Amino acid sequence: MNGTGATGMVLMALALAACSGAGETRTRAVPSGDPERGLRIMNEVGCGSCHAIPGIDWPQGRVGPPLSGMGGRALIGSGLPNRPETLIPYLMNAPVADPGSAMPPMPISEEEARDIAAYLYEH
Amino acid sequence: MTSPPISMSTEAFAGWPPPALTSAGPFAAPLVTLSWGVFAMAAVVLLIVIAALVLALFGREDLKAKIGNQRLIWYAGLAFPVVVLSALLIWGLSLTSALTGEPEPGEMRVRVTGEMWWWRVAYLNPEGGEAGAVQSANEVRIPVGEPVTFELESADVIHSFWVPRLGPKLDMIPGRTNILRLQADEAGTYGGQCAEYCGGPHALMGLVVVAMPRDEFDAWMAEQGEAAAAPTDALAAQGLEVFQDNGCGACHVVRGAPGASGLAGPDLTHVGSRRTIGAGILPNNRGTLAGWIADSQGIKPGNRMPSYTTLSGDELQAVAAYLDGLE
Ligand code: HEC
Ligand code: HEC
Ligand SMILES: [Cu+2]
Repeated sequence: MNGTGATGMVLMALALAACSGAGETRTRAVPSGDPERGLRIMNEVGCGSCHAIPGIDWPQGRVGPPLSGMGGRALIGSGLPNRPETLIPYLMNAPVADPGSAMPPMPISEEEARDIAAYLYEH
Repeated sequence: MTSPPISMSTEAFAGWPPPALTSAGPFAAPLVTLSWGVFAMAAVVLLIVIAALVLALFGREDLKAKIGNQRLIWYAGLAFPVVVLSALLIWGLSLTSALTGEPEPGEMRVRVTGEMWWWRVAYLNPEGGEAGAVQSANEVRIPVGEPVTFELESADVIHSFWVPRLGPKLDMIPGRTNILRLQADEAGTYGGQCAEYCGGPHALMGLVVVAMPRDEFDAWMAEQGEAAAAPTDALAAQGLEVFQDNGCGACHVVRGAPGASGLAGPDLTHVGSRRTIGAGILPNNRGTLAGWIADSQGIKPGNRMPSYTTLSGDELQAVAAYLDGLE
């Protein structure tokens, strides 16, 4: 193996490390949302009847996926990009945002959905 | 990090001072007075005992001799408790005697039957019977400022009916009818809870009492007397089919829906108008309805409704929309 090859490998390894690092840090956030309020609203409307949610002891529903690590997830639902602009409408009315979704429309306002998104991206 | 309780009925037990000490009607107020009286008396006795203990350990010799004196033991150890406890008993009985008074003629009567692990509710007709009575579950609506008679019964084991802000708790005993009177002086929602261990999900057996002004109450009662509304959109119509195809009607009544006449579970004729589902434990909306139907055993383990894990997402959406529309 010659010198340039070795340098190339080291560079590639570094690049890969940087990539996986980027995947682990939580790049997603909703700075305008109030996460505390988001948690309260999830309790009030009963998201826990279908999801296990960090910070909610009961119920820990099993109908939908657990909602931990949402900040690092690439896709939501049937394959929507995980971004605030897609997640917020999804939380309010999943069957419209993602036709065929089993998650029912939830009785929350856009502001409340924003607060929930802020919480989920932080936990 | 711990979360606030989601259960609607546990809200009745949160906050300070505890709801059991913040009465909202004349049948709960004497209990609050009595509770504070007992606390105060207990505090005084505790102080006396601690003072005597400190004296016995660290006091001057002559004082120690005084509290070791036989006479003092007769007075403070026997005479004092007899007098104090008798006085407390007489005061307590006189305070609570009004709670067991006879219902006035013409007073509204509701029969609540404890079932494992929910409450069957019937608003009795003026003759006190169930013919034509509005049937419901897990929620009792009453007019503000009027005493209401509750006939408490049980279909299986002993339960205990307790709405702390409105009155005392009273057991529901198979084969007996126990009479309880409650009154709410302010409009609002009052949480209740089964207060006698009745097996499995006993802790998840809650209810709500909703007090509303007389005119609103009358309008509400008139609506409850009507049969279930027919589905108004395609999704709800599909939901009615899902309801029928899956045999939900074998356990649930939906008055007006053919075949829905089962009595093993709560009456669902107007389920969409209720505050909670699952016996006071979940808020009521399309999401929680769907979650309950798909996996009630995950939410309330051991309850007597099977989880419908065979329903597709579409079917679940439809049946939840149908029930949500049964206002
Ligand atoms: C009836 C049960 C039900 C309820 C109630 C419910 N969800 Fe869902 N949820 C689901 C299901 C099922 C999915 C998966 C849908 C899919 O993949 O198409 C889902 C997906 C999601 C997702 C995307 C997760 C992912 O990784 O794809 C989020 C975020 C979410 N729900 C949040 C919520 C919040 C917040 C609430 C309360 C406001 C809520 N859900 C209420 C059933 C429910
Ligand atoms: C074997 C009898 C049985 C069948 C079949 C059944 N249920 Fe139930 N259901 C119950 C019982 C019992 C409860 C009360 C559970 C509890 O709270 O402990 C209940 C509760 C409910 C509730 C909550 C009501 C409330 O006021 O709390 C809903 C909604 C419901 N069922 C819908 C359905 C639907 C929809 C189906 C069909 C897909 C169905 N049930 C099939 C027995 C049944
Ligand atoms: Cu019980």
